[in-house]
Amino acid sequence: MSRFSKTILVLALLGASSTGFAFENFKGVGRQATPAEVKAWDIDVRPDFKGLPKGKGNVERGNELFEEKCASCHGSFGESNEVFTPLAGGTTKDDIKTGRVKGLSSGELPQRTTFTKVATISTVFDYIQRAMPWTAPKSLKPDDVYAILAYLLNLQEIVPADFELSDRNIADVQKLLPNRNGMTTDHGLWPGASAKKGGIGNGGTPDVKNVACMKNCKPEVQIGSTLPEYARTAHGELADQNRNFGAVRGTRTLGPEAAKKAADAGTLELATKSGCMACHGMKSKIVGPGYSEVVARYQGQPDAESRLIAKVKAGGQGVWGSIPMPPNAHVKDEDLKTLVQWILAGSK
Amino acid sequence: MGDITKKPGRLRPAPENFLSEDQVKAVGAGRRDFLRKSFLAAGAAMAAPLAARASEGDPNILNLPAWSTSLGMPVATNPYGMPSKFESQLVRRESPGLARVGGASVSFAPLQGLFGIITPSGLHFERHHQGWQDVDPTKHRLMINGSDDSLLKKPKVYTMDELMRLPSVSRIHFIECGANTGLEWGNVAVPTVQYTHGMLSCSEFTGVPLKLLLEDCGVDYKKARYVLAEGADGSSMTRTIPMEMVESGEVIVAYGQNGEMLRPENGYPLRLVVPGVQGVSWVKWLRRIEVGDMPYATKDEAVHYIDLLPSGLHRQYSSIQEAKSVITTPSGGQTLVEKGFFNVSGLAWSGRGRIKQVDVSFDGGLNWQTARLEGPVQNKALTRFNINWVWDGSPAILQSRATDETGYVQPSYGQLRKVRGTKSIYHNNAIQSWKVVESGEVTNVQVL
Repeated sequence: MSRFSKTILVLALLGASSTGFAFENFKGVGRQATPAEVKAWDIDVRPDFKGLPKGKGNVERGNELFEEKCASCHGSFGESNEVFTPLAGGTTKDDIKTGRVKGLSSGELPQRTTFTKVATISTVFDYIQRAMPWTAPKSLKPDDVYAILAYLLNLQEIVPADFELSDRNIADVQKLLPNRNGMTTDHGLWPGASAKKGGIGNGGTPDVKNVACMKNCKPEVQIGSTLPEYARTAHGELADQNRNFGAVRGTRTLGPEAAKKAADAGTLELATKSGCMACHGMKSKIVGPGYSEVVARYQGQPDAESRLIAKVKAGGQGVWGSIPMPPNAHVKDEDLKTLVQWILAGSK
Repeated sequence: MGDITKKPGRLRPAPENFLSEDQVKAVGAGRRDFLRKSFLAAGAAMAAPLAARASEGDPNILNLPAWSTSLGMPVATNPYGMPSKFESQLVRRESPGLARVGGASVSFAPLQGLFGIITPSGLHFERHHQGWQDVDPTKHRLMINGSDDSLLKKPKVYTMDELMRLPSVSRIHFIECGANTGLEWGNVAVPTVQYTHGMLSCSEFTGVPLKLLLEDCGVDYKKARYVLAEGADGSSMTRTIPMEMVESGEVIVAYGQNGEMLRPENGYPLRLVVPGVQGVSWVKWLRRIEVGDMPYATKDEAVHYIDLLPSGLHRQYSSIQEAKSVITTPSGGQTLVEKGFFNVSGLAWSGRGRIKQVDVSFDGGLNWQTARLEGPVQNKALTRFNINWVWDGSPAILQSRATDETGYVQPSYGQLRKVRGTKSIYHNNAIQSWKVVESGEVTNVQVL
């Protein structure tokens, strides 16, 4: 009720001011669109086929085009689940008769395909025409779109292999779509006029009702589901997805091993960026010694870290042969420390 | 170690009193390694003669840090300011396995670290259908036409120059993807609030009410009861919007977001703002509005964004985001490091208007307390709520429950599934539960 009265208020307010905004009162702003401009952009095809371009294409031509332009993502038979969900499959001859895909309610359907869902053939034409192929949208001519759609309809066993789809027979194909009766608009999530008032939907009445109970609301707490261990660790190190200060910390989910791995990867990147990897290998000598050779030489020396930091910073010659190591004043002190610690810890 | 390490900043003539009696004995016994350390420590003491001992207080207070004792950066070092380097962990992230190609994927906003109700534009969630584009605003056009000539007197074209001359409004609204929390319809699937609820953002949008433009073109409201919005990107995404919403004045053709232009990922230079309705209808890179006399059954309202019911029917043109809320601090994947006082904080929103009340439970929904709403509470905008909590170290289950101005109360998982099953994907607005265990770890659980 409050929503209703608010709408009236808003309408009244805008109505009062809209006398100032009546037709063509924004002087000098905007211009009439030319017929060619409207034609260039008004490409939508409605369920009543308004906007459908003239043209035709058969299954065979569609097969060629699909193989060339579509199969790399969708698979040759529209079956692929590699990049997008499958286009074809999941419906029966009986579904074509009833216009309801039985697998949707029986739970037998492992995965919904485009044709198990779509109730309007215009949708598929419109979408292929405006957005496909993926990397070259709007490059298909109307005849190409008819052909590709004919091929898809044949894959779905809605039309025979020798079928030619055109603007003249597409309305007949609509009557064969397996899920053509599978949609409802009888719900509260449409924000416009209800079906009773000439619109769609139920006018906004919710389907689920809860009450704001405050005390002793139920006899017990029933846990329906908890986080599976694989899901806890599938999203990376959660500790690194929160601040390291503040009211809480991110939970360390991957443990010290994985944390070391991540740190190693970061330090290797730092070593590469700092120019170290140009002369040093992980294990063996390139120009300078390999890191494992460095570790072997300095192992057990308590001041190894500080000595190495000084050496890397200032450069040196003689310890590993006559080729000098240049000074590395460009590397920040904190980075030097990270690098040396990483090398001594058995860099990976 | 030796006494001298405890006397920083004082140099003594060696060797008198340099070594303690124990240390002299140690040298006598052949153990010299501590000497090296002693010299190093003495060296360090010389370099930082004022270094304080922890026992005297917090070294972060007693030893002045570099930022207090040096010259800072000049103005305009960063002509476009960026967050502190210490904030690098709060970024948009993808959920692995959700989509297999980045151009048709989602990145989630890091709700676990955000404050208030405005989402920083750089952290606004992303959902693209065929990649994002950086559209040249000088070449962008908005066309308004009718599905036939009788619905609109004059189809028109507007440039950005022209749109930005028109009367504008600025309003704060939330945008939520219809599939937000969709991964969780059947069971718990993801660990943190970034992934459960992060397809949610809230901005101040500036633009022209679509109503004004339609009237400028001479729309016939009697015949034209539906609007098609279309994008200029490769996908040229389309959705049907009811004319009632446009007439209300709420639908905006927006170019501004949080005081600056829209970000490219959010539709620069022009997007539709459809308050209370799922994000897919907020068409980005908006190039065309068509008024019509029937819904359009576009791909994203006939193949996707349709809600599967247990009967096997799909709900089509489902648009409104019903009242929903979530606690963001503390939330899944976080750990309470200590017992004691916490400000429990979260977000509530409703596609049907203002949030009236948010209740919070610490015992899995047996008992509830009403949280504070941070005002002003705005229409179809995020609302921040807060409530005090003293964690005594024992297990707890935290929940929040929103009630909006229509009286609608956010449902439990049990209530929602009873009507809609578990395969709907879209419009999951169930009460979120976070379980806290003795260690302080917070995890995602579902309470029926």
